[in-house]
Amino acid sequence: MKLTLKIWRQENATAKGKMVDYPVDGIDGDMSFLEMLDILNEQLVEKGEDTIQFDHDCREGICGSCSLQINGEPHGPDKLIATCQLHMRSFKDGDTIYIEPFRAKAFPVIKDLIVDRTAFDRIQQAWGYVSVNTSGNTVDANTIPIEKEKADEAFNAATCIGCGACVAACKNASAMLFTSAKVSQYALLPQGRVEATERVQAMVRQMDEEGFGNCSNTGACEIECPKGISLENIARMNREYLAASVKG
Amino acid sequence: MGGFLNSTIARKFAMALSGLFLVLFLAQHFSINFISVFSKDVFNEVSHFMGTNFFVQALLQPVLIFGVIFHFVMGFILEAKNRGARDIKYVKFAGNENSSWVSRNMIYSGLVILAFLGLHFYDFWFPEMIHKYIESHPEDAARYYDELVAKFQSPVRTILYVVSFVFLALHLYHGFSSSFQSVGWRNKYAKGLRGFTKAYAIIIPLGFIFIALFHYINNL
Repeated sequence: MKLTLKIWRQENATAKGKMVDYPVDGIDGDMSFLEMLDILNEQLVEKGEDTIQFDHDCREGICGSCSLQINGEPHGPDKLIATCQLHMRSFKDGDTIYIEPFRAKAFPVIKDLIVDRTAFDRIQQAWGYVSVNTSGNTVDANTIPIEKEKADEAFNAATCIGCGACVAACKNASAMLFTSAKVSQYALLPQGRVEATERVQAMVRQMDEEGFGNCSNTGACEIECPKGISLENIARMNREYLAASVKG
Repeated sequence: MGGFLNSTIARKFAMALSGLFLVLFLAQHFSINFISVFSKDVFNEVSHFMGTNFFVQALLQPVLIFGVIFHFVMGFILEAKNRGARDIKYVKFAGNENSSWVSRNMIYSGLVILAFLGLHFYDFWFPEMIHKYIESHPEDAARYYDELVAKFQSPVRTILYVVSFVFLALHLYHGFSSSFQSVGWRNKYAKGLRGFTKAYAIIIPLGFIFIALFHYINNL
């Protein structure tokens, strides 16, 4: 397969970036998208050129590291997968592929296709946890009976890998789907209810401070999320936040 | 309240509430206008009541004006923040792959509606206020129907109204159902409610278009 890649190149966080064309040949349909970029980088090394920097780690759709905007969609044209799970068979010989970093003011570019997503870490650190004394006296969580439906919903929310595709897909660069998944995974469980009021207020406050946009309910985040996180979580977070605001 | 409205979620909540209020007002406005298709006398009677009733004029009207202004101002505030949240735009953005054009362009349909409101106020509200409160004419309970029909003798004005109602339909198509998500109302009835909101978004503007065209054609 012969392709033309249009890739965002940016020397560092402060440099002005631009799209650069790279023709690549000999791409097999069974290659993953990241393998295709590996091949391009090998060619660049042979030519003595600077390689293209991109995030990756597990390469099996779990870590949430790979974060590429491919032909205008986060993680490319296929659904419910991360970039590392995207195969080149999704493209045709002769295609031109646009590869850009996830764009958001809260996700500044570090170099080329790598963006700084520590804004998500700070939202998580704001109260994305359950405060439990773990010094030898914790109760086994399995001793607390929880309805199957709620346990499933909490589990589904917890499958968010924090890749940032929701932010990248949203026309407003909103982080509502990510934050709501983290709020929901605790709000649905009795262990998380104890601090639910403080949690939602702290996480939403941090989300706003990071500079993410508002949710316009376009649903783009849900469609592009590699884990299929539901918009139901955003509605739940809205309820939790409004109830918390009434409580004060 | 100012502190509460600093948060993303609270602003969207306020936006949704003002939108739902305006949706209710639209239903009431449409109901009265639709009477003009059937009965000149009843339309005059209802319009006279709305135009002279103390509760409507002194209480409901200011609340409505506040609701309209609040909805537009908050819309601009939200849009400004949204634009600032992505300082560098994508070279290629495939928005149609994951969302509808209508949902991504509420600001533009809203701007058309704002422009329409300027025309609508110029046509009806300002003359009404001048007639009643500045020039202080003696009340004529039979004038409303003729004033309405007179406005739709112009083909240009009729076309402007029809086009505006199309944009109103687009705005409502996303906005009405979206407002329930913003207030956190999503349960087993959500699917049915979404169907109702989509039907409302089409039927009410179509009804307004029908009324405008009816009076234009009726006076040819």
